[in-house]
Amino acid sequence: MMNLSRSVALISLFLLPLLSFSFSVDNPTDRRVLVLLDDLSLKSSHSIFFNNLKSRGFDLDFKLADDSKLALQRYGQYLFDGLIIFAPSTERLGGSLDSKSIADFVDSGRDLILSADTSASDLIRGIATECGVDFDEDSSAMVIDHTSFSVSDVDGDHTLIAADDLVKSDVILGKAKIEAPVLFRGVAHSLNPTNNLVFKVLSASPSAYSANPSSKLSSPPQLTGSAISLVSVMQARNNARVVISGSLQLFSDRSGVQKAGSQNQYEKSGNEQFVTELSKWVFHERGHLKAGSLVHHRVGETDEPAIYRIKDDLEFSVEIYEWSGKSWEPYVANDVQVQFYMMSPYVLKTLSADKKGLFHTSFKVPDVYGVFQFKVEYEKLGYTTLSLSKQIPVRPYRHNEYERFIPTAYPYYGACFTTMAGFFVFSFVYLYHK
Amino acid sequence: MGGKSEPAKSESMATTTTSPDLINSSFFSFKSLKLKTKQQELLLRISILGLVYILAFIARLFSVLRYESMIHEFDPYFNYRTTLFLTEKGFYEFWNWFDSESWYPLGRIIGGTLYPGLMVTAALIYWALRFLRFFVHIREVCVLTAPFFASNTTLVAYFFGKEIWDTGAGLVAAVLIAICPGYISRSVAGSYDNEAVAIFALLLTFYLFVKAVNTGSLAWALASAFGYFYMVSAWGGYVFIINLVPLYVLVLLITGRYSMRLYIAYNCMYILGMLLAMQIRFVGFQHVQSGEHMGAMGVFLLMQVFYFLDWVKYQLNDTKLFQTFLRITVTSAIMVGGIALGLGTASGYISPWTGRFYSLLDPTYAKDHIPIIASVSEHQPTAWSSFMFDYHILLFLFPAGLYFCFKRLSDATIFIVMYGLTSLYFAGVMVRLILVATPAVCLISAIAVSATVKNLTSLLRTKQKVSQTGSTKGAGSSKASSKVTLDQSQPFQKNGAIALLVGVFYLLSRYAIHCTWVTSEAYSSPSIVLAARGAHGNRILFDDYREAYYWLRQNTPTDAKIMSWWDYGYQITAMGNRTVIVDNNTWNNTHIATVGRAMSSNEDEAYEIMRSLDVNYVLVVFGGVTGYSSDDINKFLWMVRIGGGVYPVIKEPEYLVNGEFRVDKGASPKMLNCLMYKLCYYRFGELTTEYGKPPGYDRARGVEIGNKDIKLEHLEEAYTTSNWIVRIYRVKPPTNRL
Repeated sequence: MMNLSRSVALISLFLLPLLSFSFSVDNPTDRRVLVLLDDLSLKSSHSIFFNNLKSRGFDLDFKLADDSKLALQRYGQYLFDGLIIFAPSTERLGGSLDSKSIADFVDSGRDLILSADTSASDLIRGIATECGVDFDEDSSAMVIDHTSFSVSDVDGDHTLIAADDLVKSDVILGKAKIEAPVLFRGVAHSLNPTNNLVFKVLSASPSAYSANPSSKLSSPPQLTGSAISLVSVMQARNNARVVISGSLQLFSDRSGVQKAGSQNQYEKSGNEQFVTELSKWVFHERGHLKAGSLVHHRVGETDEPAIYRIKDDLEFSVEIYEWSGKSWEPYVANDVQVQFYMMSPYVLKTLSADKKGLFHTSFKVPDVYGVFQFKVEYEKLGYTTLSLSKQIPVRPYRHNEYERFIPTAYPYYGACFTTMAGFFVFSFVYLYHK
Repeated sequence: MGGKSEPAKSESMATTTTSPDLINSSFFSFKSLKLKTKQQELLLRISILGLVYILAFIARLFSVLRYESMIHEFDPYFNYRTTLFLTEKGFYEFWNWFDSESWYPLGRIIGGTLYPGLMVTAALIYWALRFLRFFVHIREVCVLTAPFFASNTTLVAYFFGKEIWDTGAGLVAAVLIAICPGYISRSVAGSYDNEAVAIFALLLTFYLFVKAVNTGSLAWALASAFGYFYMVSAWGGYVFIINLVPLYVLVLLITGRYSMRLYIAYNCMYILGMLLAMQIRFVGFQHVQSGEHMGAMGVFLLMQVFYFLDWVKYQLNDTKLFQTFLRITVTSAIMVGGIALGLGTASGYISPWTGRFYSLLDPTYAKDHIPIIASVSEHQPTAWSSFMFDYHILLFLFPAGLYFCFKRLSDATIFIVMYGLTSLYFAGVMVRLILVATPAVCLISAIAVSATVKNLTSLLRTKQKVSQTGSTKGAGSSKASSKVTLDQSQPFQKNGAIALLVGVFYLLSRYAIHCTWVTSEAYSSPSIVLAARGAHGNRILFDDYREAYYWLRQNTPTDAKIMSWWDYGYQITAMGNRTVIVDNNTWNNTHIATVGRAMSSNEDEAYEIMRSLDVNYVLVVFGGVTGYSSDDINKFLWMVRIGGGVYPVIKEPEYLVNGEFRVDKGASPKMLNCLMYKLCYYRFGELTTEYGKPPGYDRARGVEIGNKDIKLEHLEEAYTTSNWIVRIYRVKPPTNRL
């Protein structure tokens, strides 16, 4: 028995680094990534992207998309923290994988990079639709832009476009500005208008449209202008992150780019920087927040009460930290707000940060009783969503908490007592005065 | 029996001769045959009362024997929960209790929105028993409070009957009220509701007031003020007292029966009663601010005017001058009163009558204006059959009693006549008010029975006396006997009297049988456990409610919020110990309407409403499998009406087909897709409920349902009880990727 427990302890000691080698609350960066390819040659044509990931400590597992031994989970445990699908033409995934299991993978809080391309398969389109992105229905359509194409686009149908309409977010694309345009050749997609979790990272210019470049346009294109998204991201409610790209070539390296009409000649396209930064974001190396529990108490006390009284003064604080890729750093912002909420916010206050991760404020409980909630709903572009709430009832005054003697009522007190005295005297006189 | 125990009694009296001379002498001076009959009568009376007291208690124990010692129905569960809180936390915590578990997220100030009389009474009984080292559970106390107070009511009825007529009428009244179904319906063991003690308090107040009017004694008036205070603390029905008593006083004034006794009784009772009633938080300043209480104040002022006029009349000898003065005073008094009332109402100081009060005066008012009042089954107008069911022979003894009352008009009989007539009118307006009328009906019927029997027996006796030429006088009232002796000429009088007596006793025994049968069959069901007859005549119990509530208690997070129609709110909080959105204390119509709207919207819209109310579980009651008819589908139109009353997007005609409420294939599309329909009939289409019927056959409504393929998007089935009566659904969190 002793031996057994010791050996268990020993095994767990060996397993410990292995266990910590994965996504966890304390270490939210993905580590084990499955890469699905429809052709192993992609491994070399996109080597810069993959090598970049490897150098950042990711453990990449390359598999053919139709490999019959494919499995995302074993015994109910996911084997991977992230998934990269570079298999635009695959009709069926191997093993037990299908679009539902990939959706489940995302719903379990894990991340996904999905790249389609021209003539993307229904499977890829299905997965994208699950994530709120609709690819152009015409399978032969491509994004065409006759004004902002790359001058290196030799064949002249202007499908290799040089896009520079990037989302303005340091969290998603890093602090360094991406100077050079991003080269894109692929299929357009639009965002599902009812889905407010998905947004564009790279949009096409207003002059772009989606059509089959080899045939004449018979009717106006369905997708035009800036409605076309080239690369989109979706952050699910459980903070799983998904990147959807309409082009597989985006991730491959290219050099030498000149946007049509532009004087600037760049040595190197912005693609490498773009996909690197995007992969940092999607694999939670950046923009990942964690919050401690909501702490509140009356002014001058330290313990959290079970119930507040109306007009109590209270202090509220919450700790928020940001993952820097290696360690948790205090989060600094001046836009975190707390609501004191009962069907609608009765108090809405901006929290002040102390640079050590502690966000703090104090306010007076409103003159309304009921079951309130402290709510911190922090949704900032690129950051993980913080949605914290804590329920607390607010009671009215107790019977002995009201003012006992009201100054304005003294005349009434006086009147009452003089009447009583007068009545007593009157009764006495009436009864005993002959 | 009386004869047998009589010597023992006199013996015991004789042995205790250590008592003072006064009693001794009076005892010995009355030691004659006449005294013995009086003693016998006293003994008989006490033993009858004792038996009635016990009878009233045990007649109400059917439910405990049939089922178990449990709290019944809906409101009693709230009362039980609050009593439990009171005994655990003490009176001050109870008084200041803010309940965050009901009316989420608004909460409810329990201490300020209930009538604490019942809970305090039960807690006092509980503490007294514990003090006497009877370690009973508070539930047992609560269950038996109603029978105990019913027993006490019989005593009050006896004294009341004695006060307005004679001891015989008192005894009959005690017996009648002890088993009257109209009263039993609300006071069986387990029916732990305000009415349980309120009827006792009501009758006690009336008795003490009549006693005060009869004697003109300040002490009795004070006692009636305290009785009124107890009534106010126990039940909202006190409004009936505060309107009936002034009305009675007004009638006495008009009929020229004004007296000093009345002046003392009413003034003392009104002033003290009002001050005492203000101590109840829920009532507060209503006595001076609400329109319903203004009549009492007006009559109070009128009394003072009367007293003043009386004084002036006494001072003034000139009648002509007095007539002029009277005219001026009365006119100016009425004008001042009218102006004060007008100003008070206009400035908002005096609140107008509440909807419930209006609906009493105008039975159609609630139906048009306040669906939430009209939706309660016990607020419906009374059917003739239920009068027959609840009163039986009292229904035609009542007019006879009125006849006797009018024949011997006094201050007391005028009171009981007015009480009887007004309460009977209210009983006709609302089913539940049969309860208030019951004591009056019993008392007046008792007068009829007692007077008739007395007349008949004295008839028999005088005949005997005439034939025997005995020297002893009849024991009956001299008036009746002398009257009877006058017309001896009628033949067959004796036989006729015997026949009539037999008839009366037959009727009374039929009454007793009827009452026992009604109590046993109709009024002893706890309604939380349903009983049905099986195919072989055996009893089947459906304990689904408690099954569901205990499931909630055991399987949901402690801060889970349950949405259900308001009927089940009290039970969920008391038995399931979970937060509810709305409950039977229907104080916030908008909140109830929101729930009604959620139930009658389609799933997507309902989901938005449920999210905004932080609902975690939805509970519906469904009788389609068992044939239980008072389920949520049958209540559904009220949800639509109440929801539509606040949110005009809900329109009742959209749920009806040609004005008809249907759930089968012909039902309206809105009906087939609303949340309530979906939740009730989810997976019901797969179930065969009755042999020879298609699957999805609803036994409560006797139709095959119209939408058998129900898919739920935002909710999932969490629990369905064994007979499908209660179904609980979990509200899913919003989808992860949308």
